[in-house]
Amino acid sequence: MDTSINNRGAVFDKLFYHSTRLCAFAVLLVIIAIIISLIIGAWPALKKFGFGFLTSTAWNPVTEEFGALVSIYGTLLTSAIAMAIGVPVSFGIALFITELCPVWLKRPIGIAIELLAAIPSIIYGMWGLFILAPLFGDYVEPWFTNHFGDIPLLGALFSGPPMGIGVATAGIILSIMIIPFMAAVMRDMFEVVPAVLKESAYGIGATTWEVIYKVVLPYTKIGVVGGIMLGLGRALGETMAVTFVIGNANRINASLFMPGNTISSSLANQFTEAVGEIYTSSLIALGLILFLITFIVLALAKLLLYRLSKQEGSRT
Amino acid sequence: MNSNKALFFQSTIPPTNGSSSMSQKEIRQKDITDKMSGEMNDVKLSIIDLDFYYGKFHALHKISMDILVNRVTAFIGPSGCGKSTLLRCFNRIYELYPAQYAKGRILLDGNDILAKGENLNLLRSKIGMVFQKPTPFPMSVYENIAFGVNLYERLSRRKMDERVEWALKKAAIWDEVKDKLQQTGTALSGGQQQRLCIARAIAIKPEILLLDEPASALDPISSLKIEELIGELKKDYTIVIVTHNMQQAARVSDYTAFLYLGKLIEFDDTQRMFTNPRKKQTEDYITGRFG
Amino acid sequence: MIQSNIDIKLYRRRRLFNYVVLFVSVLTTIFGLFWLVWLLWTLIGQGFQYINLDLFFKATPPPGSNGGLANAIVGSLMLTIVGVSIGTPMGVLAGTYLSEYARYSKMATLIRFVNDILLSAPSIILGVFVYEIVVISTGHFSGWAGSLALSLIALPIVVRTTEDMLRLVPNSVREAAAALGAPQWKVTIAIVYRAARSGILTGILLAVARISGETAPLLFTALNNQFWSHTMNEPIANLPVVIFQFAMSPYDDWQHLAWAGALLITFSVLALNIIVRLFLRTPKSSY
Repeated sequence: MDTSINNRGAVFDKLFYHSTRLCAFAVLLVIIAIIISLIIGAWPALKKFGFGFLTSTAWNPVTEEFGALVSIYGTLLTSAIAMAIGVPVSFGIALFITELCPVWLKRPIGIAIELLAAIPSIIYGMWGLFILAPLFGDYVEPWFTNHFGDIPLLGALFSGPPMGIGVATAGIILSIMIIPFMAAVMRDMFEVVPAVLKESAYGIGATTWEVIYKVVLPYTKIGVVGGIMLGLGRALGETMAVTFVIGNANRINASLFMPGNTISSSLANQFTEAVGEIYTSSLIALGLILFLITFIVLALAKLLLYRLSKQEGSRT
Repeated sequence: MNSNKALFFQSTIPPTNGSSSMSQKEIRQKDITDKMSGEMNDVKLSIIDLDFYYGKFHALHKISMDILVNRVTAFIGPSGCGKSTLLRCFNRIYELYPAQYAKGRILLDGNDILAKGENLNLLRSKIGMVFQKPTPFPMSVYENIAFGVNLYERLSRRKMDERVEWALKKAAIWDEVKDKLQQTGTALSGGQQQRLCIARAIAIKPEILLLDEPASALDPISSLKIEELIGELKKDYTIVIVTHNMQQAARVSDYTAFLYLGKLIEFDDTQRMFTNPRKKQTEDYITGRFG
Repeated sequence: MIQSNIDIKLYRRRRLFNYVVLFVSVLTTIFGLFWLVWLLWTLIGQGFQYINLDLFFKATPPPGSNGGLANAIVGSLMLTIVGVSIGTPMGVLAGTYLSEYARYSKMATLIRFVNDILLSAPSIILGVFVYEIVVISTGHFSGWAGSLALSLIALPIVVRTTEDMLRLVPNSVREAAAALGAPQWKVTIAIVYRAARSGILTGILLAVARISGETAPLLFTALNNQFWSHTMNEPIANLPVVIFQFAMSPYDDWQHLAWAGALLITFSVLALNIIVRLFLRTPKSSY
């Protein structure tokens, strides 16, 4: 018996164990490093503007006055539009795939959805800029302005010249982007429901919708909400799809058709051009805010999904 | 000294399977022949006051017994009685799971294998294990066998070929796979996979073979083949087998231990236990009144 | 007619509602697929005509002259390869730790949580981060910085899929190898990795597909280069940033190149995804 082989085995064991451990901790390290470096980079701006940074709509590189409100507003608004359109549509798709779809069609549609989710966001951005924006500017926006522009409060949402690019277009492109992702997550959630449960509901004569609404949804609701929040997290952080069509305008408008800015598009458009410490630092501060927002949303999503998986007994 | 040990010294020679009665002269003759051929009725594994815990759950209670060399010892008992748990103590495979631990002593040829600092790899080179579900590695038949051998010896290609062939022959599967050595192990049938696992365990030349319900996942014919194999293998190895099939235990083993709720209820010569059990619980189990 | 004493009106209303809902769900599916078809249609329509050999051999031109995307294509390949090379080994090892050594520990739960956050974190923030630690300290943009940013995107993907695939391998195989006396590292490398290899490969390829289309993290790390880069230690041309720059520009020929580039990227990403899903399906355990 060659015992030297065994001694080598013990050394390798330790080596291997520690390398895996190191890499696993590296993941933790990365997040911490990101937070720290963002704070360091944002510090000059935060020190200068304080909490007012969050509420100020100023954005003037010349006078070095910066405020995050425009970008935050844009981020939240485009994401809200994206979710308002995206959630029901994703839900409908997930419903279709799990309950209605003929078996031979399930896999192709599933694959189609996953392929949609894999298309890089810059493609959506380009397509938005060249195809959707002109369409919006020429047909959709005038239609809205003509029909709703005169209504007292609501009309403000649709006012302004029909440029095509703007917050609304960005929100719609964003929704198209996150639909496949959320649809896939919701479909996965729906498929987790034990067939027996659905069969018993069908067995007493419930309609498909009733089975979904009364059996599937309650069972998976935590997971569905978690999936929606994951989609929200994506939408908040998305850069390329919105940057092309949002217009890079540093002001807030009531109208959905006017250009604006999101945090990520501000960064994308201005970071390399930023001159001066405060300018760059303000942009990094925007980044910090975005990171914190998405961190919270994602953490909540994970917690919800975790609760669902505990209920299931399986891992999400 | 536990009572089971005392019992041993009372019965003279454990009868081998099939022979129910031998004359005193034949018995003495066999004793002499055994001693001359170097086979002693020696204790290979001695378990002394073994306790086992799964976390807080006390699974085995002060088990003591002796496993004799070159004999087949069977552990029987209803589900959850601790027979697999006990088996898994012998090669300390439970060490893979932090919440499980053992207290007490297990002497292998006099050395306490539960002692701190025992080299687990060396231990497992002496004690081989075959599991309930066949577990061929995701590699060719040849590589399955070679994997274990390579852990301990550096063999030339030719010597490895010989070893692989030897192991597969000993496991009675050589004829079936000799042309398929490069095929992946998972392509074999269930019974073949299990014999492959036995060959794999044998290839590293252990002294003891632990079989954890080796035939329960197999069809009856493969199951029988495994039993025949065990009869052959015991000439060279000490075998401990866990089985929930009492008929199998009766067919295959020389000694049987009956466990219940983590305690050793009875340990005796197999023929004796099945025809004349001493404890009522044993009798109830054997006659099928429970479990 | 089946006799029953159910309320017919209520029944009819339920059925109607059901049909409406199902109809709407069909509409939404068509809605969802419609965009995919339209997008690909546009992409092919706009981009295909500009695919020619020049694309693969000539570097990006100034507006008005003839050129291609060769330097961007090569640059993207380099960035992807280096990014994956950094992220994959770390990811596989980290996933191994989570599955083989610390599976149920609290630390593992924390790391998984953090990993999933990193997975969905805005990629532009990763770009800012790498800018802070690499570009600022080295004083210039570089391919290395870009690759690092990409590796940070690939890392959590590989960690997650590796851990998931390793967990699929049943414990009985590990026990069988350990029972032979194999040390833990050998059990993991020679047996468990081998059993999970196609799943792990799937994860790596999906990570490759994901990072080859990423633009945001490269915007302020690798930047761009109109010409060929000679080392990774300088700004390097890459498809996504070139497409961004060219598409937003007012020049026609640049826009044509942008469409061609977009088609190239989409095609590669989709092809990778399809290959992965068709040929390397996440294996149902063969045990």
